[in-house]
Amino acid sequence: MGGGDTQATPVFDRVGDLLDAEEPFALVTIIEGPGTGSKLVVRPTGVADPAFEGTLGDPGLDRVAIRDARGELAAGRSGVRHYGEHGEAREETVVVFVESFAVPPRMLVFGAVDFTGALVRVAKVLGYRVTVCDAREVFATSRRFPTADEVVVDWPHRLLERVGENLGERDAVCVLTHDDKFDVPAVISALDTQVGYIGVMGSRRTHANRLVRLREAGVDEAGLARLRSPLGLDIGARTPEETAVSIVAEIIALRTGRSTRALSDSDGPIHG
Amino acid sequence: MREILGDIRRWQRLGRRVALARVVDLEGSGPRLPGAAMAVADDGEVTGSVSGGCVEAAVVTEALEVLGKGDRRMVSFGYSDDEAFAVGLTCGGTVHLFIEPLDW
Repeated sequence: MGGGDTQATPVFDRVGDLLDAEEPFALVTIIEGPGTGSKLVVRPTGVADPAFEGTLGDPGLDRVAIRDARGELAAGRSGVRHYGEHGEAREETVVVFVESFAVPPRMLVFGAVDFTGALVRVAKVLGYRVTVCDAREVFATSRRFPTADEVVVDWPHRLLERVGENLGERDAVCVLTHDDKFDVPAVISALDTQVGYIGVMGSRRTHANRLVRLREAGVDEAGLARLRSPLGLDIGARTPEETAVSIVAEIIALRTGRSTRALSDSDGPIHG
Repeated sequence: MREILGDIRRWQRLGRRVALARVVDLEGSGPRLPGAAMAVADDGEVTGSVSGGCVEAAVVTEALEVLGKGDRRMVSFGYSDDEAFAVGLTCGGTVHLFIEPLDW
């Protein structure tokens, strides 16, 4: 970190390195009680490089804090917990803050079309790790999508065969190909994953035709009900950028379970 | 933290001392969740945010005090009409912050 006068910050440097590498971890800090300011950097269960670093000043306290931090990290939650000085439950001598740094959510965008670039940019603003995938190598280039984390030249269903098992509730698949050849196998493969959002672009007519083809391919009603097709909220979007906003707004609303009315037309808590 | 990392590293390279303020808890309605962070350099430069702009100025004052005294503290900001709080959130919630020097 530069000059000789600079204060060494080894824990913070480690935090920065893990953030740069997009590795999951939890940062545990005593915020009230003996040892205020003491820290632990905790990796998820099963990671041992090392499994944790630092100490809260007591082995018993470290043990329960590490256990609880892993639980919070797995749930993607950050918050305050109370313990006794040696980690006793139901005591409140020590207050710790567990800050979870989960892996960024992933978005897979299938189809290197006009709308793709705008969706990649908007998804990056929201913190997604974005992969663009299209089988046509003239279109799927990093030069066309400079903000994408990854541009893959392949059939979408083959990409999903490789990465599908890692997709979860927080992740999204957006099928923008609106071409039968690509989107039917892509949708079928996406339905085989636990991905939280599957959006498929297309006009009402494209959508109706696609439903027929998906049913012919054996997709059941429960599968079809998972699809957001046509994707996006009805905000009258016309440009690629407006469409991208309508898509990510739908993803957010689906995650939070909120109505998509204007706040000015509703009441109740805004942030709750 | 991710979004303020670059500024903090730049300050560190320049040999500035840094205080870090993090939202650790929230009661009721509030704009930023636990983990929202801002950092203040010893020359008063600021990065990040812990509310919708309601309490940042007061956090800067607290953070500079923390850098002066070298202590760590919990600071809470509530609804601004409540007499208990000189500065507050306009949305009616209470936000609890932990402020400390970046000496770790």
